[in-house]
Amino acid sequence: MTALFADDLTTADLTTERGGPAQFLSDVWVLTKRSIARIRNEPETLSDVTIQPVLFVLMFAYVFGGAIGVGGGNYHEYLIGGMLGMGLAQTAPGTAVAVVSDMSTGLIDRFRSLPMSRAAVLTARTIADLLTQVIGAAAIALVGLAIGWRIHTGAGDAIEAFALALLFGYAFTWAGVCLGMVLRSPEAAQQSGFIIFLPLTFISSAFVPTQSMPGWLQPVAVWNPMSSLAAACRHLFGNPNPAALVHAWPAQHPELAVVCWSAAMLAIFAPLAVRLYRGKGR
Amino acid sequence: MSEEPAIEAEGLVKHFGKTKALAGLDLTVPPGTVYGLLGPNGAGKTTAVRVLATLLRPDGGHARVFGRDVVTEAAAVRRTIGLTGQYAALDEYLSGRANLVMIGQLSRLTAKAARRRADDLLGRFDLTDAANRAVKTYSGGMRRRLDLAASLIGNPAVLFLDEPTTGLDPSARALMWDIVRGLVAGGTTLLLTTQYLDEADQLASRVAVIDGGKVIAEGAPAELKSSLGGQRIALTLAVGADTQAAISALKPFATGTIVPNEPDRLLEVPVSAGDGLATEVLRALDAMGVRVSDISVRSASLDDVFLTLTGHKAEEQEEEA
Repeated sequence: MTALFADDLTTADLTTERGGPAQFLSDVWVLTKRSIARIRNEPETLSDVTIQPVLFVLMFAYVFGGAIGVGGGNYHEYLIGGMLGMGLAQTAPGTAVAVVSDMSTGLIDRFRSLPMSRAAVLTARTIADLLTQVIGAAAIALVGLAIGWRIHTGAGDAIEAFALALLFGYAFTWAGVCLGMVLRSPEAAQQSGFIIFLPLTFISSAFVPTQSMPGWLQPVAVWNPMSSLAAACRHLFGNPNPAALVHAWPAQHPELAVVCWSAAMLAIFAPLAVRLYRGKGR
Repeated sequence: MSEEPAIEAEGLVKHFGKTKALAGLDLTVPPGTVYGLLGPNGAGKTTAVRVLATLLRPDGGHARVFGRDVVTEAAAVRRTIGLTGQYAALDEYLSGRANLVMIGQLSRLTAKAARRRADDLLGRFDLTDAANRAVKTYSGGMRRRLDLAASLIGNPAVLFLDEPTTGLDPSARALMWDIVRGLVAGGTTLLLTTQYLDEADQLASRVAVIDGGKVIAEGAPAELKSSLGGQRIALTLAVGADTQAAISALKPFATGTIVPNEPDRLLEVPVSAGDGLATEVLRALDAMGVRVSDISVRSASLDDVFLTLTGHKAEEQEEEA
């Protein structure tokens, strides 16, 4: 019988942190690298945030766009603000699928039996998804530029718009984590995209001004966080923004509304996700 | 014996809804040994392992790993244990090496040490050629080996192996057994669950048989087998043979009840092992004029041990969580 290892571990082989923020950050980093490596090995997983929104942009711009009036403005310019909201929020079902898969493979059991930070597993997932959202936002901006969308304001406003869009997308990622924790199969998680996120996108000013909707639906659309993000981006980019004419608080203060919605979602879903994770199997 | 036990459980209780998965489980595992937890599906083996590995909080009772409580000192317990469950707990999309390095780092190794030990383990477990391939291309046996390597990278003093060979082909199983023997030689304490008595026999120095969430027998495998199971002789009588005559001829050999299966002309006889036993049995039957079409001698199975211990067959009673 030979021993397993040529040499024994020494104290130099062990990290010094014992719990606390240093361990949390180191675990988050290791696990984020895991998700990035997966993207590198299978770049097709990025099609959700690249090819899909690009197709949506082209279809709305050239198929539906001609039939949608945006108060005299250019629909191609109107479209990109809404598309940023949809493109980033739509990564949440992908997050849910990834979380369900991890849960079902037993990998999470292994993580839970390791001397590692409990919150790191979920945090790393959301950070990796935030990185894919950055790629998605870049893809949408590029296709936008190709179809005639322009930023008519300064760099500061443009950066603020992208930052708000990513904050918004990040908040949705935590909702996706919770969904993944509650649902049992990757298929169900995939379905959640249609059942929850499609109505959320379409009953908003993402693609059509709320003014064109029936009266009873308008308040829902106006208060939909997706409308706030679309209006905030349009306002900050200097694009056509019919929501400015709607007399409702979120339409008048879209940037603040996005921050409030995102903060509220993070405050609800992040602790809930960690709680669900800790409670798994208890 | 003042040596501190590696694992100690007292009266563990765990409910899932109305099902009692653990009903007062007691266990003491000496350090540096292989301890087998034996039982049918649903006996509570997996639940016991999950409680001891800090994944489940027990509803009652206490458990300690090297003196640390699995509930109140879970973080300390996690620094001493490794777990290999029934399903390979690996990232399918990462390479074998990347999986090991990741788990090594999460086990508090430095990146450098994790890489060094990953390469050691890949070589030791015959996975070097596949090291840079995604795990989803691995065979079942390769996955199990990588999974075991992953639970070893942090150098655990106690390793839980939950049905490590279920579903493996004989050669993959033999390789797993070799690895397990190597581990014990290195001083690791192993708690192994299995449905197979022969596996416990091969590997464990002591076993506990559990049923209904409780230990119902404990001892060295050979003791258990001879005291509880022994051997079985299975006979197929020739057409027209007298079953009653056969049973009376077999009575002197039997260590338990003989259960005839008349329509199929089958007889199963619990016996204690001995050289030339089959010959003697055949002679006795021949003397009674009973003709036999087929005879075989086999070791007691877990089912037999179970039947002896509990008076009921080992049935599936619950889905284990």
